[in-house]
Amino acid sequence: MQNDVIMAGFGGQGILLIGKMLAYAGMHEGKEVSWLPSYGPEMRGGTCNCTVVISDKPVGSPVIQSPGAILAMNLPSLEKFEADVRPGGFLLINTSLIKQKSERDDITVIDVPANKIAQDLGNPRGANMVALGAYVGATGAVSLEQVEAVVRETFAAKPSVIDVNLEVLHKGYDLGREHAAPTAEEAAS
Amino acid sequence: MPEAVFVRPDSLTDVQTHYCPGCTHGIIHRLVAEVIDELGIRDRTVGIAPVGCSVLAYNYFDCDFHEAAHGRAPAVATGIKRARPDLAVFAYQGDGDLASIGMAEIVHCANRGEKVTVVFVNNAIYGMTGGQMAPTTMPGQSATTCQMGRDVELAGYPIRVAELISTLRTPAFVARASSHSPLAAVNAKEMLRRAFKYQVEGRCFSMVEILSTCPTNWGLTPAESTKWLEKTMLPYYPLGVFKTPDGDDRAPLPRKP
Amino acid sequence: MAKKLMKGSEAIGEAAVQAGCHLFFGYPITPQNEIPEYLSSRLPQVGGTFVQAESEVASINMLYGAAGAGERVMTSSSSPGISLMAEGISYCAGAKLPVVIVNIMRAGPGLGGILPAQADYFQATKGLAHGDFRVLVLAPWSIQEAADLVQDAFDLADYYRNPVMVVGDGLIGQMMEPVEFYEDRKPIKELPPKTWASTGWKRDRPKAIINSLFLDPAELEQHNFDLKKKYDLMERDEVRFATYGSVDSADVVIIAYGTVARVCLSAIEALEEDGIKVAMVRPITLWPYPYEAVREVAAKAKDILVVELSTGQMIEDVRLALQRPRPIHFHCRLGGMLVSPEEVIAKVKAIKAGESEAMHYA
Repeated sequence: MQNDVIMAGFGGQGILLIGKMLAYAGMHEGKEVSWLPSYGPEMRGGTCNCTVVISDKPVGSPVIQSPGAILAMNLPSLEKFEADVRPGGFLLINTSLIKQKSERDDITVIDVPANKIAQDLGNPRGANMVALGAYVGATGAVSLEQVEAVVRETFAAKPSVIDVNLEVLHKGYDLGREHAAPTAEEAAS
Repeated sequence: MPEAVFVRPDSLTDVQTHYCPGCTHGIIHRLVAEVIDELGIRDRTVGIAPVGCSVLAYNYFDCDFHEAAHGRAPAVATGIKRARPDLAVFAYQGDGDLASIGMAEIVHCANRGEKVTVVFVNNAIYGMTGGQMAPTTMPGQSATTCQMGRDVELAGYPIRVAELISTLRTPAFVARASSHSPLAAVNAKEMLRRAFKYQVEGRCFSMVEILSTCPTNWGLTPAESTKWLEKTMLPYYPLGVFKTPDGDDRAPLPRKP
Repeated sequence: MAKKLMKGSEAIGEAAVQAGCHLFFGYPITPQNEIPEYLSSRLPQVGGTFVQAESEVASINMLYGAAGAGERVMTSSSSPGISLMAEGISYCAGAKLPVVIVNIMRAGPGLGGILPAQADYFQATKGLAHGDFRVLVLAPWSIQEAADLVQDAFDLADYYRNPVMVVGDGLIGQMMEPVEFYEDRKPIKELPPKTWASTGWKRDRPKAIINSLFLDPAELEQHNFDLKKKYDLMERDEVRFATYGSVDSADVVIIAYGTVARVCLSAIEALEEDGIKVAMVRPITLWPYPYEAVREVAAKAKDILVVELSTGQMIEDVRLALQRPRPIHFHCRLGGMLVSPEEVIAKVKAIKAGESEAMHYA
């Protein structure tokens, strides 16, 4: 079983950070993980992305051409990666910043008004955490508990922001769950 | 029992050098060795030989030695001193080595304030390779690659290394001495003594440029060579101390408010 | 120590510290700047020294000095910087100095680009610089392996008194993966004290002369024979490789190293699901090269595919391994473009279908 995702957006949106947090959560679950950032002049141009792979086996290629999910936090990212999502995969769109709709009908498109949700909860810088929650909710790549643990770890030096980040993470997670493929138990009931 | 009034310094080996008659490398080796002896640091001194006439200096000094790539002695010295700060480290370099191919290394070694000593022997020519023009060759001086004499329109003027290095703020001691006469040699030894002493005291980078003769490649007799040095080189390369550890140019800069 | 998610560059830096390297000299160049950056703050914590040199030329000569003084020392750079170090590496080899050099390869020639490549294979394995010498070349494919091989590199360098190079590509430098350092790690070789080092001479041992100059031709000839003996030992004892997949009966055997091999492994798994049997030999030492392993696996495979981020530099060693003319299929990406599993899958299927044009060597 392998989950791979490309997370993309503007520099400063905390994309690389949530990618690392996802990788950490996977590692804590005992899975094999890799995190690969885009680098070079791209870093200076304002957009950035990272590829995270979480797998039961040692990670083969850390470069993923057709990932199981794309997290597009801004319009250039959507335009760049929309076509790459594997059929049957997920496309999470930050509708707070992207008005364009996806034209794909072979994937699950999830509208995540990440900035708005974060803003409404009084944590305007938490849009990335909303998106991370939504991704985890939709894909089940790692458990919510592990991500919560990583949030606590990441912000250990600033305990005051832990709860607000958990709050936006949960909001995103619930949104993602609505689109998730039903688990075996859910399907049975 | 007769008293020995002149003996080989402990820091020199008992071998014949390969230097040409009239060349003053041998004198400069001896001065360096005497200073090392007098400071009592032979057993913790590591020298670095350059590429050039003094490439075999490791055979003449009786202490641990490195032979460096052309021009890189200051980088090698940096590596040794950073690895073992308790050592006294000196690089022995010629003008092609230091002032041409190794200009970057000497400037940055000096500017980082590596606690090493550089002995820079300037004889205004490439000796080992057979008398080609050096960055320090005098205007009008002929060499095998400027047979009509150094044309400053094409090759620029000779580089005054001591002055150049002394424009840097960091180095502790920069001086120029000469080796063309007994009196000059006594002065050169004093400059070397100060340079090594400052290093041993941990007072940062020190360099002594020492003017030297090359009768073979200058095409002069040894006696003519010392006269030529005096007449031609001394006016262009003035002797003296350009920088001291306690000089005004190293006083702390006023802090910005 | 617990597993930690680390960037490759940081893991390489930490591995050096764990191996007892307290000296680093280097000059900035993308994509490996995180190695000197990490060590500039890490080394002072262990009483070590970091120097940002004025150039790669100076860096390698600082290594020459520090290694000659008997200390473990490392530099890192990327392709153009390694070219500048070439002279100094030759001097280190000639003076029998243990130094560790990391090359995070980028695309060339010239200034090229800053993205991953394997274009320095020839440079590392065949023609690093003037003179008759070899360096051990280790090529990790993961961050954990990079950390392990960097630590091994110091032991190997000390044991053979020879430069050891660790080559990775930009992915190895930039990627994050879990890494574990083992507190009870033992040297992989028995290492004698460095009595040859220039530590200050108390006349209680032979005078230390760190030198690569031998003006007497007979002496230099003997020196070269002595070096050759050392290289022969490395060829006998230090070959490292790994094999994957259906090594005993492959339709296609892939030869690839570094991160490219990981991409190929992903492809192999997908191909096996489709019933196509693929094997892979992954050289871990590029020099000495695992000729026998390649020969043995290739002997049992119908076709041979080399995958590289160069125009086929490693093919020369594969041909030497085969010892007889056989067609070799080749797939590459260049200039910082990366090979994808999909490309490898398509190439293997094309080979199976007889639609891939192989290179024929007489």
